[in-house]
Amino acid sequence: MPLNRDFIGRRFVADTPFPVGREHIRQFALAIREDSPLCHDLDAAKSAGYIDLIAPPTFLTALGMWRSVVPLHDPALGLDYSLVVHGEQRYSLRRPVVAGDEIIVSGMISGIRNAGRNELMIIDYEFATTGGELLATARSSLVSRGTAVVESGTAGVENG
Amino acid sequence: MSATLGYSDVEVGTLIPEREFRIRREDLVRYCGASGDFNVIHWNDRAATDVGLPGVIAHGMYTMASAARLVTDWAGDPGAVVEYGVRFSSFVPVPDDDAGAALVVSGVVAKKLDDNQVVVNITVRCDGTKVLLGSRATVRLS
Repeated sequence: MPLNRDFIGRRFVADTPFPVGREHIRQFALAIREDSPLCHDLDAAKSAGYIDLIAPPTFLTALGMWRSVVPLHDPALGLDYSLVVHGEQRYSLRRPVVAGDEIIVSGMISGIRNAGRNELMIIDYEFATTGGELLATARSSLVSRGTAVVESGTAGVENG
Repeated sequence: MSATLGYSDVEVGTLIPEREFRIRREDLVRYCGASGDFNVIHWNDRAATDVGLPGVIAHGMYTMASAARLVTDWAGDPGAVVEYGVRFSSFVPVPDDDAGAALVVSGVVAKKLDDNQVVVNITVRCDGTKVLLGSRATVRLS
């Protein structure tokens, strides 16, 4: 089933901040085998000039996934998540995320288009603190495999 | 803020030596939990093959995170990254065995910018195939 183009241009803002916890940073670092003491050891992080543990540069993905601000699972969007793979990802970081940050995530579906038999959905994110500091922006491109409607309305679904 | 590598110590063309990063099923399970991305294709072979994949594949973001480690370990600070972007060009199948998948990652300084920043082009291969394209990080050195 093709994605619902009505979602293009819609912007979604989280209604509650995402508090970044020390243990979450440690767990994320452990998962990617990031063993820098700056992600694990508070004294080391402070010695290096940070106010708390710092998150690895791709940590912000966890904010989008754990509390998705963009309604990827809304049936009206028509996204079958098992058909989704990541196409492209970009981060622009004003500073590292640190434990104690309370982050408001907003996301906009900037585009949905066909790419052969697949569809591409572009989402632009902004991450700001509750104090109004813009921390980072990100762009995600998700590939919905085989869901493009190609030619005379024939669904290009190959794999379920 | 605290990169240990100095801006004046690198030039365009400076190589970051190749490293191998292993991804095993256990890593993906941990990453599911830490990242909140529980897509079944990252932990369930049956579901992955049902949608035409060769089996469980790594999260693209796991590959992206591993590639970043090459650069942040080199710079000496995971907080040194200012910009980072990749295109995912090929799946990274992670077999259900002790060896897992091997990512071979290397980098080269492509540009020196103002404010102690450098642009690093990163190459990531799995079984000889490039799994990231246009992978580029801007990092601030000391």
